[in-house]
Amino acid sequence: MDVLSDLFLDYTLRTVALGSAALGIVSGALGAFAVLRRQALLGDAMSHAALPGVALAFLITGSRAPLVLMIGAALTGWLAAVAIVYIVRASRTNTDTAMALMLSVFFGAGLVVLTFIQRQPAAGKAGLDKFLFGQAAAMLESDVITMASVGAVGLLGVLVLWKEFKLLSFDPDFAATLGMPTRRLDMLLTSLLVIAIVVGLKTVGVVLMSAMVVAPGAAARQWTNRLGVMVTLSALFGAAAGVLGALLSTTAQTSTGPTIVLVATGLVVVSLLFAPTRGLVWTRMHAWRSQRILALEAVMSDLAALAAQHSSDATRPHDVAALHAVRGRALVDRALSELAADGLAQRHDGGGWSLTPRGLAEADRLARLRRAPSDFL
Amino acid sequence: MRLRTSNVLAVQATDLTLAYQQRPVLWDVDLDVPQGVLMAIVGPNGAGKTTLLRTVLGLLRPAAGEVRVFGRPYAEQRRLVAYVPQRGSVDWDFPTTALDIVTMGTYSGLGWVRRPGASERSRATAALAQVGMQAYADRQISQLSGGQQQRVFLARALVQDAQVYLMDEPFQGVDATTERAIVNLLRALRADGKTVVAVHHDLQTVAEYFDQVTLLNVRRIAAGPVGKVFTDENLRLTYGGRVAGIGGPTNGTEHEAHL
Amino acid sequence: MTSAQIDVLLVAVVVAASCAIPGTFLVLRRMAMMSDAISHTVLLGIVLAFFVVADLNSPILILGAALVGLLTVVLVEVVSRTGLVREDTAIGLVFPALFSIAVILISSLAGNVHLDSDAVLLGEIAFAPFNRFAPFGVDLGPIALWVMGAILLVNLAGTFLFFKELKLATFDPALAAALGFSPALVHYGLMAVVSVTAVGAFDAVGSILVVALMIGPPAAAYLLTDRLPRMLGLSVVIGAASAVGGYWLARLLDANIAGSMATVVGIAFILVLLLAPQRGLVATARRHRRQRWTFARQMLLIHLATHEGTPTEVDESRPDHMQRHMRWPPAFGNRVVQTATERGLIVLENDQLRLTPQGRQAAREAAVR
Repeated sequence: MDVLSDLFLDYTLRTVALGSAALGIVSGALGAFAVLRRQALLGDAMSHAALPGVALAFLITGSRAPLVLMIGAALTGWLAAVAIVYIVRASRTNTDTAMALMLSVFFGAGLVVLTFIQRQPAAGKAGLDKFLFGQAAAMLESDVITMASVGAVGLLGVLVLWKEFKLLSFDPDFAATLGMPTRRLDMLLTSLLVIAIVVGLKTVGVVLMSAMVVAPGAAARQWTNRLGVMVTLSALFGAAAGVLGALLSTTAQTSTGPTIVLVATGLVVVSLLFAPTRGLVWTRMHAWRSQRILALEAVMSDLAALAAQHSSDATRPHDVAALHAVRGRALVDRALSELAADGLAQRHDGGGWSLTPRGLAEADRLARLRRAPSDFL
Repeated sequence: MRLRTSNVLAVQATDLTLAYQQRPVLWDVDLDVPQGVLMAIVGPNGAGKTTLLRTVLGLLRPAAGEVRVFGRPYAEQRRLVAYVPQRGSVDWDFPTTALDIVTMGTYSGLGWVRRPGASERSRATAALAQVGMQAYADRQISQLSGGQQQRVFLARALVQDAQVYLMDEPFQGVDATTERAIVNLLRALRADGKTVVAVHHDLQTVAEYFDQVTLLNVRRIAAGPVGKVFTDENLRLTYGGRVAGIGGPTNGTEHEAHL
Repeated sequence: MTSAQIDVLLVAVVVAASCAIPGTFLVLRRMAMMSDAISHTVLLGIVLAFFVVADLNSPILILGAALVGLLTVVLVEVVSRTGLVREDTAIGLVFPALFSIAVILISSLAGNVHLDSDAVLLGEIAFAPFNRFAPFGVDLGPIALWVMGAILLVNLAGTFLFFKELKLATFDPALAAALGFSPALVHYGLMAVVSVTAVGAFDAVGSILVVALMIGPPAAAYLLTDRLPRMLGLSVVIGAASAVGGYWLARLLDANIAGSMATVVGIAFILVLLLAPQRGLVATARRHRRQRWTFARQMLLIHLATHEGTPTEVDESRPDHMQRHMRWPPAFGNRVVQTATERGLIVLENDQLRLTPQGRQAAREAAVR
């Protein structure tokens, strides 16, 4: 457990872990809203569009201070979002096309600006190309402080306007009839998404940052049906993916962005498969179990019907060949053996079957339950 | 809280005109809804029924015309109006419960930042009970049937404690039980002096469910008490002869809408 | 121009043309973001195929890329079919994951091979002329030109042969299915073409520019025409022109060529958005201004007609009421009344506007529209 002890002793590792945690919390919490508002791909467009902002901010100010670069990134990312909305509103271009177009054009413009920077004396250019795929190891304490403070502003925004954002995400028209300024709220929430993106740019990179906005939210959605729990879980998943991915990439010497994204994707896969009530494994099991129970009940009611024909001796053995023919041999045999194991049916010496007295009572109870009018509509 | 304003119309929209890219959707449409009536808005697809409702609610800006609620501009009277959107207009997989959706109806009284508390939740619970859904308060909304979802939307409007209820196809795709429940609810609202305007599709039930009707096809064709206005002749004018009227099939003569 | 420059331009034009063709269908089918996804994930196909054949120039690489491109589409469908996440989320989950695997695999090769993820994203068309296709020692031009030329031919032939199917599956998938063309087959065929084109192109221009060249020109062309063949043609022309323009911009600024091309694609789109003869913003604004008068006049006529013969007519047809009601500024309202009077549609009597017979006719026509 060298990594764990290093985590507390090694300055770089600790910085990386703290920064990645901050990034994960912010992008997870704010990204949850993006997932619910169908803005997963908008996040992708905005993170690519952040590249020219980073490059321009550096070119103009000559500073590599994290806050300066983040502001630049936020400005162009936000501009791309506005351009997408405007193009869609003003022409017959659809949202999907506008996003792909702005994504590639802004990114291309970013490359152009990057070449200007690369022509400058070597002192300046270092570090900026890391914005493509991110590099956690290069994280400094000042980065972490900036990420945490910028992210805190975003989280605070969500906390303060919680019910407004919830209603806006679920039913914007209804929000408008209550007198909420939905357009401005929409703009605000989209701007918070920009914050979620720029916070992670240096660690995860513009190319993959969108995944950090989408994956934690998509994973969290599977575990809960409450918005509050979903946003909290999403933040935790984001933090877990951030810390795990960053530490893995530092120890395994891989690019940080892709490693974090793969950890986050792993969380999504686990959630899609194993989350209770929604997960695929759970729903399959549930379907399988209810099918099995239906089969048990059917066989029980068949046996009860046979017993009713011989009212003198309800537990008289019956030949189950008829049941085999109607319901299929495998199903009937499996159901019978399960019923026998539960003490509801019994096998007689001649190979015939009947319900036990307890089975008869149970079959009777089920039959009455079926006949009773349902409370449910 | 019952408004005693017998002479003033609950909703009065005058000469609403609205066009999408020069294509008129509503032309000079009036909507006069007296207090305490149940009014249906009826017309063919694309007639502008939903647009009319959304314009009255200020969700769309008309090129001309104005909307008054109890004699004053809608913007000042927003609190008196509750809205029940089409069920299909929202994402029912949103992670929230029936009770939470109904609680959203209390948001307008809360103002910014403040969260709903115990009193809001108890009002929401009462509204859920009013539509027979109290047992489902904690259900995730995607696990409700179409009829149950519609009732949740109605409860959300009830909790707003409004005077006027605007509903967009409340009977769309609901089961028979819910349909009865909604009708009873509408009647209870009317008995309470409330006013309901609903976009309605099923011509067969207009006369049974509603007191008044506005027939709409881009323009207002006719409006008034169902008994007087809901005639074969007016329906032909509204649907351009493509409808089997209430009195049996009509000969499909295309009527040119005349002014 | 040097021959190297001519080579670069040729490659750029061929890349632009071959991207524009499948791109047109992506734009029409509202699947533009799939080009973004695929252009990222084909990298994984190249890396995996490279592990098998260990030769960066093998055509197997293109095959691998196409397969992973299709895998992307299938995975997106599988994930969104679970009903647990929506399609846009599925895309946003699948392609970063596949791309991440590719980047990590490449970094594990660490410098042994000339294949790095930056180059894939950014491309370097400037090197295209130096990679020659020279069978038996005969120099036949840059390899990239041959590869992309072949892809262009395939795209052209495919569009030509399956034009009817593509068109039908794009505009009316239900009818296509009813007529026996499987929309799914067309869908996967198109995605395969997108994958092959993306992998062929990004060696030269980088994956992000592939997106720009696939989506930008068709998006612009879509604002210029309603006809599919013309849209295809315009897309090719706009794409080629942007590529050439981008090349010269890059020379002028001494900047990254792919980035400059993408920038010019953006500029071209903005120009079309502003200046398109029918749908351009300028044309629309001018038409709106013109139609505002017509529309206002019609509103006036219809309003008068609606209230003609009703008890409120006296109030409703006073000029001042009218203008307040229509929310017209006084000057505008006066002009409307004036032009309507000049055209003999209304007359002013005792402070009442009245329709003339022509005015009544015009109102009727306007309302029926």
